[in-house]
Amino acid sequence: MTYAIRAENLGKQYGSTRALDGVSFTARPGQVLGVLGPNGAGKTTAVRVLATLTRPDRGSAHVGGHDVVRQARQVRKVIGLTGQYAAVDEIITGFDNLLVIGRLLGLSREEARRRATELLEQFGLTDAARRAAGTYSGGMRRKLDLAASLIGRPQVLFLDEPTTGLDPAARDGLWEVIRGLVADGTTVLLTTQYLEEADQLADHIVVFDHGRVIAEGSPYELKTKIGGQVLEVWPVDERDRETVATIISEIAQCPATVEDRRVTVPVVEPGVLRAVVLRLDLADVAVAELALRRPSLDEVFLTLTGHRAAAAARSS
Amino acid sequence: MTTVPVAGARETLTLTRRSLLHLKTNPEEIIELVVQPIVIVLLFTFVFGGAIKGDWRDYLQFALPGMLVQATLFATMRLGTALGTDFKKGVYDRFRSLPIARFSPLTGAILGEMVRYLLSIVVLLIVGALLGFRIQTGAVETVAAVVVLLCFGFAMSWGSALLGLTVRAAESASEFAFLIILPLAFTGNLFVPTDTMPGWLQVWVNVNPVTSVADTMRGLLLGGEVARPLMWSAVWIAALTAVFAPLAIRRFRQKSG
Repeated sequence: MTYAIRAENLGKQYGSTRALDGVSFTARPGQVLGVLGPNGAGKTTAVRVLATLTRPDRGSAHVGGHDVVRQARQVRKVIGLTGQYAAVDEIITGFDNLLVIGRLLGLSREEARRRATELLEQFGLTDAARRAAGTYSGGMRRKLDLAASLIGRPQVLFLDEPTTGLDPAARDGLWEVIRGLVADGTTVLLTTQYLEEADQLADHIVVFDHGRVIAEGSPYELKTKIGGQVLEVWPVDERDRETVATIISEIAQCPATVEDRRVTVPVVEPGVLRAVVLRLDLADVAVAELALRRPSLDEVFLTLTGHRAAAAARSS
Repeated sequence: MTTVPVAGARETLTLTRRSLLHLKTNPEEIIELVVQPIVIVLLFTFVFGGAIKGDWRDYLQFALPGMLVQATLFATMRLGTALGTDFKKGVYDRFRSLPIARFSPLTGAILGEMVRYLLSIVVLLIVGALLGFRIQTGAVETVAAVVVLLCFGFAMSWGSALLGLTVRAAESASEFAFLIILPLAFTGNLFVPTDTMPGWLQVWVNVNPVTSVADTMRGLLLGGEVARPLMWSAVWIAALTAVFAPLAIRRFRQKSG
């Protein structure tokens, strides 16, 4: 088996909306595949198809070597699903939630208990084990949800926007957990609207927009793909921002972006740095920080789609 | 594969257990299943009993079989809300991502409800006995009465399931159900003898399925005619199941498509 996940030309239409419009991608065993895109890009539909919850209208997909339509039961034996569309029973306790899943997976009563206890401990939920899951905080619930999807020790794990709506501390905690799973060799498909999250966790990223894959590659490749670098300047005095913008726009021959104290402009030719330093000095602008770096995924996304990921997510 | 039906049965029992775990952590359910029927027995017996039958003791003897039907009927409302909530919250997506028999979540939920109906019935029989209700027949008839009630609850729960799988908001399922069930329960002879009502209403009361089931209860618990009301109860139970079960199963299929 070469691929843990293989999607070929997947299409799915809801009414007049093309949720998936001919999507293909693969993930190798042990890889973390990041599916990045704004709300409504088709990420969740792709996960639902791969997790056997939704039938594709066209194309095919294999998970763990099994066809998601014709061999759904075999697929279900090797996957775990967490995220927007898989949830826990809020009325029963965290422990009972895990116990029920364990029993459904065919574990004996004893094994199911042991596995539930083990996972609750792993996720730091032991103290809350006997409380109704509805009383958990958002972060705790996501952890319980994730624990539930791990009971069967899945080869392939689907995480559909696992950190959406979590505060930064809870998000960091969940990232740690995901890194741990990856270290154990689980193949992970992670969907996210957050470029930082894909950058932090994924080995390989496919970028979705309007039901299509518009780019793919490693985070590094994607950043390189759009070419060139970004020049970033932080003037000491905030009032100098406009002067800085004018100067670097002129040198880079491209309009600069001003964001808080930071002024950025994409550059193709690294030689501009000398000219920039010289001109800023002549203009008597004191600079706190000046850097030439690869673009962030956010900038990559903007270049690829013509709109910002976060802005698109907010407006829909 | 011969192991599939066995595994399906085991999965169903696990999901029945999950349904019953709700009783452990959700006190509201105990109120619905136990406290509410007791309150109704007390209210009707002591407030209306004397007015209807002259003496509350006579009324209790007349009305408790009807109250058993009413308690079962009201308990069937829960299933729709429970199924609707599971779909809305994504709990069913979780189940469907597991290698289990497709209908085990539905069969497990229904079995869980049947246990609840039984709990409600037993509590009412005990409270009735404490207040002075006396079964005039034997153990066989009593068990038969409980079985008929459970069958009636089973038939009605398919209607509840259909409602819960159809309405948009899970919570409104119980409101809709209440609008159907309340008039149904009160336009039968559960609490009041039929001959006190106007003629046009008596026509409906006599065809209302809850009347047939209540008459069956009176026949089996107090003695009297059993064959005819039992036959009509069986016809109603079969008809309700034949109509609602396929519709509910179809909705379940569509929603878990």
